Amino acid sequence: MQPFTQINGLVIPLNRPNVDTDAIIPKQYLKSIHRTGFGENLFDDWRYVDPGEPYMDHTKRRINPDFVLNQERYSNGEILLAQENYGCGSSREHAVWAMVNFGIRVVIAPSFADIFYGNTLNNGLLAITLPPEIIDQLFAEVEAAPGYRLQVDLTEKTITTPTGREIKFVIEEYRRHRLLNGLDDIGMTLLHAAEIRAYEATRRCQAPWLFDAR
Amino acid sequence: MTKTLYDKLWDAHVVRQNDNGTSLIYIDRHLVHEVTSPQAFEGLRLAGRQPWRKDTVLAVPDHNVPTTDRSQPATDPAARLQLQTLDDNCESFGLTQFKIHDLRQGVVHVIGPEQGATLPGMTVVCGDSHTSTHGAFGALAFGIGTSEVEHVLATQCLVLKKSQSMRVTVNGRMPTGVTAKDLILAIIGKIGTAGSTGSVIEFAGEAISNLSMEGRMTICNMAIEAGARSGLIAVDDTTIDYVKNRPFGPQGEMLAQAENTWRQLQSDPDAHFDQEIVIDAASIEPQVSWGTSPEMVAPISGIVPDPANINGATKAEGMKNALKYMDLTPGTPIMEIRPDVIFIGSCTNGRIEDLRAAADVIRGKKIAHTIKLALVVPGSGLVKQQAEEEGLDQIFKDAGFEWREPGCSMCLAMNSDRLQSGERCASTSNRNFEGRQGQGGRTHLVSPAMAAAAAIAGHFVDVRQLG
Ligand code: SF4
Repeated sequence: MQPFTQINGLVIPLNRPNVDTDAIIPKQYLKSIHRTGFGENLFDDWRYVDPGEPYMDHTKRRINPDFVLNQERYSNGEILLAQENYGCGSSREHAVWAMVNFGIRVVIAPSFADIFYGNTLNNGLLAITLPPEIIDQLFAEVEAAPGYRLQVDLTEKTITTPTGREIKFVIEEYRRHRLLNGLDDIGMTLLHAAEIRAYEATRRCQAPWLFDAR
Repeated sequence: MTKTLYDKLWDAHVVRQNDNGTSLIYIDRHLVHEVTSPQAFEGLRLAGRQPWRKDTVLAVPDHNVPTTDRSQPATDPAARLQLQTLDDNCESFGLTQFKIHDLRQGVVHVIGPEQGATLPGMTVVCGDSHTSTHGAFGALAFGIGTSEVEHVLATQCLVLKKSQSMRVTVNGRMPTGVTAKDLILAIIGKIGTAGSTGSVIEFAGEAISNLSMEGRMTICNMAIEAGARSGLIAVDDTTIDYVKNRPFGPQGEMLAQAENTWRQLQSDPDAHFDQEIVIDAASIEPQVSWGTSPEMVAPISGIVPDPANINGATKAEGMKNALKYMDLTPGTPIMEIRPDVIFIGSCTNGRIEDLRAAADVIRGKKIAHTIKLALVVPGSGLVKQQAEEEGLDQIFKDAGFEWREPGCSMCLAMNSDRLQSGERCASTSNRNFEGRQGQGGRTHLVSPAMAAAAAIAGHFVDVRQLG
């Protein structure tokens, strides 16, 4: 996993609440057995006018010029500014893969759905929650100023606006640690293999049907 | 110290507490399906790892499977490859799978309980958000992403932070004709789709105790639609009667021992919850969703609401988008909405009791001529078999429904069962997101009885008033 320390990135504003994982990556793309190649289908139903299917040449499809991702001023954006309950719905990690494949490194919203939030961590995508008033202010600033960029620093837990205003954010320490170091979670857990075995031995005495029922 | 049911389940599964506020939690049952597992198996293979405890895994293909003629493989090459990949992975790692031609195949959240693979007191995970369903058994059950699927395969554990707790108490009795589906839709309408984000909801109260296991599964299934990671219901006689003598569960003396343990799976009487909500069951009417989020629901006697009357610009904007997508005008009576398609199935409402409820409404009647397609997709092969033994299939077919093979089908339209753009569906599934049932398709979430009633009337109607 790619470590995350800081970026200075262009901001893409997606100003709607409850953006669900079906919207982030529609189901027809979940048939892939790989972790990559989802970027051009991020927000597929909103981004293109015609219905999309896997294996199409997506560069030839008709795009929806009104959708933010298609607007020139937001091209190559790396920071997605979103609204409450972002990533609700299914557990599909494909939603995070699509964002990461597209080039999004940070997503900022007032709140995230739980499973989505967990999935971001496992893919080095930094998800930041900020109070709704600050989010609304950021939306106003981004929409008013083409080329609006934010400096996001995970070491310092700060976001800096183009005018130099510094916004502090809160993130759980274990998340910060894993993101900063790009750590493999499984490897870390396996360091405790002996404790897992010990737990299993105890549990087997207490609840043998969970081990030997069939 | 007093404990909630969630505390008890959590404490019983802590392998170790890390000093950063997370815990290593042991997983007893891992359900696997074809869509969210290929990349996890690939990860295992790349790292040269083996599944930690193969006997905890039960795999089944459901999201992509065709519901028509099963003698033919899936026509879509991508779906075929994904189904084949699950077969190959289960084969090479030595995992139990109910393959597509197995009578026990079906939607993963239907087959787990049906087989006794879900038991009280377990931790149950699956790469699917509706894993919350299994909480109906007093099990701690939640959906996980693919990286976590790999993590559980490799270590039998997950690194988790404990959630907040919330209790929804439903007092009194539900009126006749009002079902578990109506209740959960009304609850989500009340607390909102982010109402319990970061929480585990325990459902309690007289109306919950009176529900069958099928009804309880419907409730917990949609806990995720209220933002909760898990739903929970305490163990009682109904639970024990259901889980006894199922193929994957304990038998004989071990069953007696298990039963003793299971009966303790209740919140202590004075346990503290971070949030409490109380609902009066008698006030619930049959519900119909009108928008593109499960919180956008109205009682059948209601109307499509007006965003102009809503406080909060973001929320009003969300409603406007939803009304536009759904092609609905504020003020329209819910009863005037006319579906084109009827879908009865899914892990929310694809169990035998659901099919019986729909068949009761339909018996001896015909679907309205305006209905273009009416589908019944049983939740599993065993549900289908049971329904056929009871003659339900004939009731549906006589009315003009198609009787299909089990799978997720039009709940998420990954296979070829999907809405055409602009079509409107009365659906017993759990999500009405844009495009969920097919690009441009419009979903109205309802109970099986309400879907059946709409099929007959050609528009939504209070099933209690259908003669
Ligand atoms: S029936 Fe629908 S909600 Fe349930 S597992 Fe299948 S796709 Fe998911």
